[in-house]
Amino acid sequence: MNLDAKIPSGPLDKKWEKCLLEMKLVNPANKRKFEVIVVGTGLAGASAAATMAELGYGVKSFCFQDSPRRAHSIAAQGGINAAKNYQNDGDSIHRLFYDTIKGGDYRAREANVYRLAQTSVKIIDQCVAQGVPFAREYGGLLANRSFGGAQVSRTFYARGQTGQQLLIGAYQALERQIGLGNIRMFPRTEMLDLVLVNGHAKGIVVRDLVTGEISSHSADAVILATGGYGNVFYLSTNAVGCNVTAIWRAYKRGAFMANPCYTQIHPTCIPVSGDHQSKLTLMSESLRNDGRVWVPKVKGDKRSAHQIPENERDYFLERKYPSYGNLAPRDISSRAAKEACDDGRGVGPGGLGVYLDFADAIKRLGADKIRERYDNLFVMYETITGENAFEVPMRIYPAVHYTMGGLWVDYHLMSNIPGLFVLGEANFSDHGANRLGASALMQGLADGYFVAPYTVGNYFATNSVPRPSTNHAEFKKIEAEIHHRTQNLLSINGKRTPTSFHRELGKLMWENCGMARTDESLRINLKKIPELREEFWRDVTVTGANNSLNQALEQAGRVADFLEFGELTSRDALERKESCGGHFRTEFQTAEGEALRDDENFAHVAAWEFQGEGKTPLLHKEPLVFEELKMSQRSYK
Amino acid sequence: MNLTLKIWRQKDRNTTGEFVTCQARNILPDMSFLEMLDVVNEDLTRSGHEPFAFDSDCREGICGTCSLVINGIPHGGQKGATACQLHMRHFRDGQTITVEPWRAKSFPVLRDLVVDRSAFDHIIASGGFVSVNTGGAPDGNALPVGKVDADQAMDAAACIGCGACVAACKNASAMLFVAAKVAHLGLLPQGQSERYQRVVKMVNMMDQEGFGACTATGSCEAVCPKEISLDFIAQLNRDYLVGCLKP
Amino acid sequence: MNPLAFLFRTSLGKKYLMALTGFGLFAFVVVHMVGNLQFFLGREAINRYAYFLHSVPELLWGARIGLLVMVGLHVWTAIQLSAENRAARPIGYKRKKALGSSYASRTMLMSGLIIGCFVIYHLLHFTVQVPEVNFTGKDFHDLVDAEKHHDVYQMMVTGFLQPWVTLFYIVGVGLLCLHLSHGVSSLFQSLGLRTGKYTPLLKSFGFWMSWVLVIGYWSIPISVVLGLKK
Repeated sequence: MNLDAKIPSGPLDKKWEKCLLEMKLVNPANKRKFEVIVVGTGLAGASAAATMAELGYGVKSFCFQDSPRRAHSIAAQGGINAAKNYQNDGDSIHRLFYDTIKGGDYRAREANVYRLAQTSVKIIDQCVAQGVPFAREYGGLLANRSFGGAQVSRTFYARGQTGQQLLIGAYQALERQIGLGNIRMFPRTEMLDLVLVNGHAKGIVVRDLVTGEISSHSADAVILATGGYGNVFYLSTNAVGCNVTAIWRAYKRGAFMANPCYTQIHPTCIPVSGDHQSKLTLMSESLRNDGRVWVPKVKGDKRSAHQIPENERDYFLERKYPSYGNLAPRDISSRAAKEACDDGRGVGPGGLGVYLDFADAIKRLGADKIRERYDNLFVMYETITGENAFEVPMRIYPAVHYTMGGLWVDYHLMSNIPGLFVLGEANFSDHGANRLGASALMQGLADGYFVAPYTVGNYFATNSVPRPSTNHAEFKKIEAEIHHRTQNLLSINGKRTPTSFHRELGKLMWENCGMARTDESLRINLKKIPELREEFWRDVTVTGANNSLNQALEQAGRVADFLEFGELTSRDALERKESCGGHFRTEFQTAEGEALRDDENFAHVAAWEFQGEGKTPLLHKEPLVFEELKMSQRSYK
Repeated sequence: MNLTLKIWRQKDRNTTGEFVTCQARNILPDMSFLEMLDVVNEDLTRSGHEPFAFDSDCREGICGTCSLVINGIPHGGQKGATACQLHMRHFRDGQTITVEPWRAKSFPVLRDLVVDRSAFDHIIASGGFVSVNTGGAPDGNALPVGKVDADQAMDAAACIGCGACVAACKNASAMLFVAAKVAHLGLLPQGQSERYQRVVKMVNMMDQEGFGACTATGSCEAVCPKEISLDFIAQLNRDYLVGCLKP
Repeated sequence: MNPLAFLFRTSLGKKYLMALTGFGLFAFVVVHMVGNLQFFLGREAINRYAYFLHSVPELLWGARIGLLVMVGLHVWTAIQLSAENRAARPIGYKRKKALGSSYASRTMLMSGLIIGCFVIYHLLHFTVQVPEVNFTGKDFHDLVDAEKHHDVYQMMVTGFLQPWVTLFYIVGVGLLCLHLSHGVSSLFQSLGLRTGKYTPLLKSFGFWMSWVLVIGYWSIPISVVLGLKK
C-alpha cells in the first residue's frame, strides 16, 4: 500500500498556502448540516472543537475527565515556542523549522514541520487575544525565555504553568460555544470504539463513566485528540488517566499506527521511592544549569552524599561530555544516568537515582541566589521527598515524558481512514524521533486552531458519504462487542488486580523497550507481553458492576489495550535497526556512544496495519524526503 | 505505618451514604495520600471487595481533579497543596483519618468520594471567556500589558478549579472561583469589552447553580492550593456593582 | 434587570444591602457611644445632650425610623442569606476544621441574633423605660434633675447597679463588637473597596474600631459597678 501524505508540491514556504487555496469550502449555510465528533479536550481537542463550532459546524465533544479543563495538557510547565523574533535575536520561521527537524533527528516530515513553524506565530496572537496571561516585560511587551535545542529566545510562558493557561484559554473558548449551544459536551464519557461505515469514520461508541451506559454517536467526521501513550510504561509523567484506548481501538479498526517506538525520556524527574508509586513528577530541566550530576565511583557505596569525598565522586556527564557537561541533551543525559545505575552505582532507594548537587553553586552564588532561581522547584522536591535540597543533593532519575509516535496522518491530519482526523500528541506527525522542549503545546494548538478546522471542512466538501443513524447495523454490532468485552472483564474473577498487570507491563517496557533497547531485550518483550496478556484475560479481577461508576472497570479496559499496544511498540523498536532521537538501540551507536542513524534504510515513517487478533501486523513505510535540509549527525560533544 | 480510615461510601447520586471504617496497612511515609488510598484499594480488590472511588488525574497538583476532605480540611491542610501532593509523612502511625467528599448542593456525590463539579463549567460557559473567534487576532504585542497587571492576572488565573474553596466555605460559596476568573480577565486589556457583562452573567449563574453567598471568612483562601487571594472577591464585588448599576 | 431589583434578588445584591445597612448601623453605634461617653462629663452634660436629642421630634423620629429600616433590612438579608447558605450544603461534614477564618466570621448569625435580643431589651430598658424590666423597683420616668429634665445620668447609674442587667449589657456589647470586628472590614469587602494596599488598612480599622467601641461602652457600667460614678 502506498501511503500518500498528500503534501502539496511547490516551494516549502508556499505549500500550506497552496493547500488552503486548493481546498474545497463548505457554504456557510450548509455548515450546520455537518457534525463532527471531537474526542479529547486537551489543547488540540478543545481548540479544534471550539474553532469548528465558531465556524458553524455542529460539534460533539467528549472527555473522560470530569471537566474538559482537566486534560493533561494542563501539566505542561515550560512554555510554547513561536517564531516571533520579538527578541531581535535572529529567529525566523525557517530557524524554528530547522531546529525542530534537527531536534527530531531527521525523522519528521519537512512540510508538516514547516507549517507548524508558520502557524506558531498566529497561536501566540490568538492566545493573547483570549486573555492568556503570558509573562510580560516591564514595558508591557511579551517576555521570552530560551529553551533546550535552540540558540534563540522564542519560548513564551506563563510562570511555570504555561500548559494550564493555554488549556484554560482553549477551554474557555470551548465553554463559550457550549453556552451558545453549538457544542454538546460529554464529560466523564470514554470512547471505546470507532465506527466505520462504507470505509469512512462515521461515529464512535462510548461508555458513560457514571451510569455505565454504552451508547453510539454518529457524525460526518471524527477527530481524535486523545493524547499520548506514555502510560504503557506504567510510571511516567503523564496523568494516571492518560491511555491509549481511543487510538488503539481506531488502529484495530484499520487506522495505521506510526512510529510507536519513539518515546521521550526526561532526565530530571524525582526518582521512584517504592513499588507504591503511581506516577513520576518532572522538574524543570533548568535545574541542570546550576546542579552537577554525580554518582559514587565505587559500586554499592552506601554512604550518604556528604560522607563521599570529592575524589570518590564520578561527575559522569562532565567526564563524558566535557563541552556540554551537565547540559547535555535530554536523551543523552538520561541514558548516561541509566548506565551509571545499571552499573550498580545509583543512589537512593533501589539504587535508581543520581545526585543533582547544588553545593558548588550555593558556595559560588550563595543560597539566596539559588533560592531566587529555583525556589518553587526546591519546594516541590521537598514536598514530595521530604528532603531539603539545600542540605542534601537532589536525587533525580529519567522518566517517560512524551510519545512522538501515534496514529499515522497525512498533511491534512487525516489518517488512512477517510473522515478520521488525529491531532496533537495522538498523531505522529511533527516531532520526528524526539520532541524539543516547548513544542508540544505549539503542535497541539496549531493542529486544533489552524489546521483541522480547514482540512475537516475540505473533507466535508469533497466527500458525500452521508451521516448514518446510530441504528445502523455497524453501530449495533460494535455496541454488542463492547458489552461482551465488558461482561468478560467483569466475569473473569481472577486473583490479580488490573494495577498489578499494568505495573508488570510497565516494568517490561521500561527494562526492555525503555531508554536503551537491544534486539535481545525487544525479543523478550515480544515473548513475555503476549504471555502477560493471556494471564490478564485469565486471572484479572475486576470488582463492581457495569451499570455504575466503576473505576476498576475503566482501568482494566485501558490496561488491556496497553497490553496489546506494548507488543506493537516493542515490535516497532525491533524493526527499526538504527538509533535516532528517543529510540536508542544499543547495537547502533557511534564510537562515542551517540545515536547512530541509518538514513539509507530507515529514513521512513513506520506505519503499522492491524491484521487481526493474534496476527503479526503489517508494516508500511512512508519515505521521508528532505528537499530543504540535509540530514546530518547530531553532535553535542 | 498503619492507619485507620473513616471513609464515605455512597453507591450513587440517589442513595444515601455512610462512613465505613477500614485499615490502611504498611503505609510508607513517602507515599502520597492518594497512593495510600491506592494501597487500600488494592487490598480491597484482592480480597474481592469494591475499592473506594475517588477522583485523581495528574497527581502533580495542577489538574484540580482530586477532591478529598481529609480530617475536616479540603486537600488535607498542607499550605498551597492539593491532596495528591500531601504525603503520608505528615501523619502519625496509628492515627485515625476521616476522608469525605466535597460537600455542597451544587457538587452532588456521584459515588464514594467522587463529586460532580460541572456547576463550575456552567459558570464559565455563562461568561468566563473573552469572545474572540479563532483567526483575526492582532499581533500579540499590539496591546501592551503592564507587568504588574499581567502578574496579578496570572495570580488569579492560577485557579485550578478544584472546588476546595466551595468545600471549605461554611456557606458552600463559589465566590473565590468566580472571582479568580473575573479578575483574571478583568485585569487584562483583552477582557475589558465584556468586563461588566461577564461578571453579572457569571454571578447570576453562580446563584442559579445553588452556591451560597460569601461571608468573607477567608477559609477558601486558606485551603486554596494555588493560594488565590480574597482580594479578588472584593474586585468581583466592585465589578458586579458597577455592572448592575451601569446604565 | 431593574438596577435596584438586583439588590433584593441576587446573593451579591443582598450582600450590598447587608454591607450598606451594616455601615449605617455601625455609624450609629459610634455616634451613640460618643454621646454616651458624656456620662463622664457629669450629670448636667449628658442630661442636656439627651434633652437636646429629644427637642426636635422630627429629627428624632426620622433617625429612629431610619435605624429601624436599616435594622429591618439587615435582619431580612441575614435571614435570607443564611437560609440560602444553609441550603447550599444540605449534608454537612462529619469532621470540620476551620482554617483561616476567625471565630467572629463564623458566628455572625449567632452573634447577630443575640445582639438583636439585647437591643430589644436595651430599648425597653432605657428608651421605652418599661419599669418591669429594670429590676430596680423604680420607674425611670420618675427620675428628673434640677432643671426638670429627665435624669438620664441617674437612670444609667441606677440601671447598672443591677448585676444581671449589667452582665447582659457587658455580654451584649461584647458580642456587638465581636460582630463588628468581622463586619466592619467585611462590609468594605462586600462593597469592593477592600483590595490591594487598602486590605491591611481596612482590616486593622475593623479590628481597632471594635476594641474602641467595646472599651467605650463597657467603661460606663464598669465605672458604675466599681463605684467610680454615683
